[in-house]
Amino acid sequence: MVTNNPILQMFARSPFKPMQEHIAKAQECASELIPFFEAVNNSDWEEAEKVQRRIAVLEGEADAMKKDVRQHLPNSIFLPVPRTDLLELLRMQDKIANRAKDIAGLMLGRKMEIPAQIQTQMNDFVRGALSTSEQALVALNELDELLTSGFSGHEVDLVEKMIGELDDLEHHTDELQRNIRFELFQIEKDLPPIDAMFLYQIIYWIGDLADRAQQVGSRLQLLMAR
Amino acid sequence: MEILAQYGDTIVILACIFGFFMAWGVGANDVANAMGTSVGSKALTLKQAIIIAIIFEFAGAYLAGGAVTATIRKGIIDPALLSGTPELLVFGMMAALLAAGTWLLIATHFGWPVSTTHSIVGAIVGFAAVGISADAVNWGKVSKIVASWVVSPVTAGVIAFFLFRSVQKLILDTEDPFKNAKKYIPYYIFMVGFIIAMVTFTKGLKHVGLDLSWGQSAAISVVIGFITMFIGIAMQKKVKPNPDADRDYHFSSVEKLFGILMMFTACAMAFAHGSNDVANAVGPLAAIVGVVAAGGEVVQKTAMPAWILLLGGGGIVLGLVTYGHKVIATVGNNITELTPSRGFAATLAAATTVVVASGTGLPISTTHTLVGAVLGVGIARGMAALNLRVVGTIFVSWVVTLPAGAGLAIMFFFMFKGMFG
Repeated sequence: MVTNNPILQMFARSPFKPMQEHIAKAQECASELIPFFEAVNNSDWEEAEKVQRRIAVLEGEADAMKKDVRQHLPNSIFLPVPRTDLLELLRMQDKIANRAKDIAGLMLGRKMEIPAQIQTQMNDFVRGALSTSEQALVALNELDELLTSGFSGHEVDLVEKMIGELDDLEHHTDELQRNIRFELFQIEKDLPPIDAMFLYQIIYWIGDLADRAQQVGSRLQLLMAR
Repeated sequence: MEILAQYGDTIVILACIFGFFMAWGVGANDVANAMGTSVGSKALTLKQAIIIAIIFEFAGAYLAGGAVTATIRKGIIDPALLSGTPELLVFGMMAALLAAGTWLLIATHFGWPVSTTHSIVGAIVGFAAVGISADAVNWGKVSKIVASWVVSPVTAGVIAFFLFRSVQKLILDTEDPFKNAKKYIPYYIFMVGFIIAMVTFTKGLKHVGLDLSWGQSAAISVVIGFITMFIGIAMQKKVKPNPDADRDYHFSSVEKLFGILMMFTACAMAFAHGSNDVANAVGPLAAIVGVVAAGGEVVQKTAMPAWILLLGGGGIVLGLVTYGHKVIATVGNNITELTPSRGFAATLAAATTVVVASGTGLPISTTHTLVGAVLGVGIARGMAALNLRVVGTIFVSWVVTLPAGAGLAIMFFFMFKGMFG
């Protein structure tokens, strides 16, 4: 009687807690970029490789969590929010971890040195991008409260405010990106051309990481909009 | 006729055993669905849930179980048609009890979700339509009952939807949910006490010697509503906001307050369940006792002896104590996604629907009503994730249970007829 009890059958596994765990994992993965850049700045490639491996492992874990959430969200599940929006949010969350892995992978693979003139800016820029993704995590932490309040009312205002802060942080990261690109432009003639090209690529990717964090915020906003 | 005079006592004793066994089954299995939500939402501990279930299932069965028992006993079959052959009614009701019991055992063994109510109604309709004649069945009443199986989950769903919406508006979506919870929850508690008392006083209690007018009932119910409300307020006073827990999850103190509300709705649910489901066990028994006690006459008018409801209530309690607590634990432990704020809306809606059905004499499925109520909360965007396939499962269980109960009852009916007739 128990296994097929309609009352028990009715309650499917909630995707919301696993979604929060997933973005926490993605952020954990991305924040490894700080020790990674430290190692790169010190030209400590052994340490950099260690950190890169950690990033790859965390990215893999986030990937597995994403698949698990998807697997438990068949079409017959009735959710308080559109299922497609939720899956889209999940995809965006996962992209944060993916980008972090791309950055570390490319830099390690080419043993890319950051020119001393732009090291400080680069550090600020990385931290700016990571504080953006940190804010996405903070907003996502409100998901269970949003669920309790039925995605309406006071709690929505609270999350809207957090998403506003997330946007501000992303704009700030954009500014940092413009600055560092300008600095790099000043010294690019003295660098091996290919190295300079790939530095631009890394800068683009770091900015993209912040972009994706902002995307997480806007997908969350979509969940609440009705 | 002679058969009844000769074997009357044996038949009544046998019927009592069957009826008691059915009641045991209700206590062992079905109560878990009524109480599981309260345990699952952590509003009640397992021990509290069992104590509440024992008291309120029994009270519901004894105080408010009369109307549905009367329907099972003499509403589905037209007894007037059987005045010449009362033994057929006795055999039929014995067969129905045995058929429903057998079917539930088979279903439980294979893990199929079937409803006690549907089994017994199917069995009675089956033996009457095939064993006696299609005219013996009061089809008007039967179609009303079948309609109520669709209407009750829908009604519970609608009530749950609006209950949860009101909770959102008044409490959850406000800036200070804790303050508003303290302010508004007592009114919900009042509602719980009032509704249960009102239905009980207006529809039942004649058999315990209380015959009240509608006005008197309303007045007493308001008083009972206030009493429960004051008990609730006193319990709420002890709950203080817990900033540590709230930092992680802002609503944890608020949910504590809803937990108190849910204790009351759990009582209401147990009461409602007892009042409706006791009839599945003792309705046929009441019919048999009625015929035998009247010396073989099928009389419409005799009142049902109160001891039959006592026997049913006792069987439910025994089922709970011997086996039901395990099932409650299993159901409760597996419902983890339900918080008290949702659980209360669902159980109160289901309890209200069931208790009104009990008052009207309609045998409905408590489990299906509760499923409807939870879906109602879900439609109000209150549930994390619901499996809609369960609706299909329920539908299949109807389609299978009605003919299965009927078929078994027909078989047993002809068996008894051959043995005694």
